Amino acid sequence: MDELIIAGRSFRSRLMVGTGKFASNAQMAATIAASGGEIVTVALRRVNVGDQQDDLLNHIDRNKYLLLPNTSGARNAEEAIRLARLARAAGCEPWIKLEVTPDPYYLLPDPIETLKAAEILVKEGFIVLPYINADPVLAKHLQEVGVATVMPLGAPIGSNKGLKTRDSIAIIIEQAIVPVVVDAGLGAPSHAAEAMELGADAVMINTAMAVAGNPVMMAAAFGKAVEAGRQAYLAGLGKEQKQAVASSPLTGFLRDE
Amino acid sequence: MQIIINSKPVTVATNCTISELIAHLNLNIKRIAIEYNREILAPEQFYTTIMNDNDCIEIVNFVGGG
Repeated sequence: MDELIIAGRSFRSRLMVGTGKFASNAQMAATIAASGGEIVTVALRRVNVGDQQDDLLNHIDRNKYLLLPNTSGARNAEEAIRLARLARAAGCEPWIKLEVTPDPYYLLPDPIETLKAAEILVKEGFIVLPYINADPVLAKHLQEVGVATVMPLGAPIGSNKGLKTRDSIAIIIEQAIVPVVVDAGLGAPSHAAEAMELGADAVMINTAMAVAGNPVMMAAAFGKAVEAGRQAYLAGLGKEQKQAVASSPLTGFLRDE
Repeated sequence: MQIIINSKPVTVATNCTISELIAHLNLNIKRIAIEYNREILAPEQFYTTIMNDNDCIEIVNFVGGG
């Protein structure tokens, strides 16, 4: 069976799903279910002591889904490490989606701080899944310090622009010794399929589902696209040709040549 | 006495433990993490940590994110 294996743990689905920006927790839960995803990301924030909201975790069955906390909001390695430790203290398994994004406009990940944090968190026993720009050299350095995956961006977070970093991601995939998860910027199921056809091991989607006219239906569409793209990759795509190559013999009975 | 929770001053009973504070705030003890004067507490420490005047408490929980 074709399974995704991260840090020794196997998953049937190659689609990771985020839980941000949904209209309600019920809608979020229905969307995750429709996606078929098994890895679900969450963020950590200060409790609003005076005004407590409906707890997100009431809607996520943790026997069914792996909760993957992120370090969103961290602007440097120190803040990311603090968030990772807090997530573990809050009862999560020691899996962490490492995000260090000092720039509020493009939310691009800081490669130096990410590498620093990854090295320390791996030593502390965390299973580290770093969000990175599509930089093959950085991906290598991260693998050397022991990360469990690399998660290069297709385009800036929430931009829905698609696989703008395609050529660099192809190099990361070619050289990777851990699963490559394309994260961020994928706005349509066709983008997800494209990443999977390219040989990505998984994709991560949040905004494209959450802001869709019908998030549940969009999640199902992404689920199919990821499966289709994976199957196409395994089947082996034909090579691009410069000129036409006829599908049927051109010589025949119409003319004597 | 007065302590600081998530940057806001809050008045609590003297010799209040962290677990008593959690109960007072009506929070689910299994769904939060706490920093006590910048040190992360293990859940078992919630019951043994007695707060002092001007202590700084950070309480976090999970929200939606990508």
